[in-house]
Amino acid sequence: MYHKTTGYRVFSVFNYAFMILAGLVCFLPLLHLLAQSLSSKAAVSGNLVSFWPVGFNTDAYVKTFSNSNFISSMWTSILRTVLGTSISMFILTCAGYALSKEFRGRNALMWFFIFTMLFSGGLIPSYILVTGLGLKDTIWALVLPGAFGAYNLILLVNFFKTIPKALEEAAFIDGASFFAILSKIYLPLSLPGIATVSLFIMVGHWNSWFDGILYMSDASKYPLASFLQTVVVQSNMQNMAMSQSEVEAMSEQSIKAAQIFVSTLPIIMVYPFLQRYFVKGIVLGAVKE
Amino acid sequence: MKKSWPLYVLCVPAFVFVCIFSYGPMVGLLMAFQDYKPWLGISGSRWIGLDNFERIFRYDEATQAIINTLIIAVSKIIVGIIVPIIMAILLSELRNVGIKKSVQTLVYLPHFLSWVTVAGLMINILGLDGGINQVLTQLFGISPIYFLGDPDLFRYTVVVSDVWKSFGFGMIVYLATIAGINPSYYEAAEIDGATRRQQILYVTLPSMLPMIIVISTLSLGNILDAGFDQVFNLYNPLVYSTGDIIDTYVYRSSLLNGQYGFGTAVGLFKSGISLILIVVSYRLAYKYANYKIF
Repeated sequence: MYHKTTGYRVFSVFNYAFMILAGLVCFLPLLHLLAQSLSSKAAVSGNLVSFWPVGFNTDAYVKTFSNSNFISSMWTSILRTVLGTSISMFILTCAGYALSKEFRGRNALMWFFIFTMLFSGGLIPSYILVTGLGLKDTIWALVLPGAFGAYNLILLVNFFKTIPKALEEAAFIDGASFFAILSKIYLPLSLPGIATVSLFIMVGHWNSWFDGILYMSDASKYPLASFLQTVVVQSNMQNMAMSQSEVEAMSEQSIKAAQIFVSTLPIIMVYPFLQRYFVKGIVLGAVKE
Repeated sequence: MKKSWPLYVLCVPAFVFVCIFSYGPMVGLLMAFQDYKPWLGISGSRWIGLDNFERIFRYDEATQAIINTLIIAVSKIIVGIIVPIIMAILLSELRNVGIKKSVQTLVYLPHFLSWVTVAGLMINILGLDGGINQVLTQLFGISPIYFLGDPDLFRYTVVVSDVWKSFGFGMIVYLATIAGINPSYYEAAEIDGATRRQQILYVTLPSMLPMIIVISTLSLGNILDAGFDQVFNLYNPLVYSTGDIIDTYVYRSSLLNGQYGFGTAVGLFKSGISLILIVVSYRLAYKYANYKIF
């Protein structure tokens, strides 16, 4: 047996070590950030913080949560995520269910949808359209333009196709309507697919930053990711609305770290629970027999 | 089916959204052939034929952005295919279910972080007094390296950080393929005296080949997509020469400098070539791996 040879044992030891290392590498930067956010200014600027807080304090979090821009942008993000995910899932499950059936014009319709994945108007025409529709500076500019995603539609169609036809036929004979079949048979049975697509859309909305910067003329209307982009990447501490003395007393680095961490927390918390779904969802959506 | 009208009704919302928000902007592509002025609109602006497209090749910055895009995108595609394959094979060799699951959970995580977050991490870690430079200085005595401000290093930073973010997620389909291999192949190979390495080479890899072909051919369509989110958040004027890509160039030249027509032309140029590449790659995937999108 191969796994009893010395060579394979040596390989195994190295492989375990390497894989654990790979896992840690994906996670340690966040831990470093968490440690920085909980450390004192002196420790952070002296580069003394690695993966454990030095001079523990929660000032950065107090400051973050007392910042009105941060709170309002967090609210905008929550609102857009809830609205956006509901609207997208409604559109996509309806169309996905229909397109998993055979009917006249089905292929033409499918290609009409898929073409949007292959070709687009691009940045400026989209910007002009959204502005022209009067959506600028409203939450709808963040929710409506991306509501339909062809990739997600494909995942759902492929998922719905895996549900046995016989179930539906039996329900038909019992007199169930299309809509009853969709809500009572298809939705419960395709939970992994629906959970996967919902997760993608939710994460997409939560993480989306460019549309906020594009369509919101005022930083106070930014979603969280756009707000973070200005603070963390552009280093625009003005948006933090801090007084000079506060800036001197606190480490900019700690505040940035705290904000990144807080904004990432919902994802870190939700995703382990959805993991088994999305792995299954992707595999079923992508790999076909 | 006798009554298929409900199916049409179900497609209506999606149809409406696609018409407005996906096909709607395509009308705006006419701007690419105009000297577009926002206050005149598409109907009032002057038509200038292909001038905007010619400018793409007259402006050094634009040509450089196309070259940068190709280099960055191709490197990302190659590394982004090889690393997940290797990692998936190595991971599938772990026998301890607990460790395997934990490693999987950790390596999927970065995919779900936004590029803003990752850029924040990178700026923090890769800075002159950041973690990586600390380690390099203390262990090897190397003077600090400015990863995000050095034009020669910027592309490597982009490719490596992209792999860091995406390899775990890219592994998923390969892991599923490996899990689906019939165990009797391995048993047969073992009886014939194949070592574990030979089994990987002659059983695992060939079984993964169709999936590898599909993913590789389909990624051909991304050859002009170097990742706007990532580059926009990581780059700065110091590294425009090697790091400016088509999408960031469009943003700067059009929305920041008001050259709407020109920006649209660059975008259309990119979309046009991408469309051709995607159609070709889809055909190839169908021909060689019998892959269908739906």
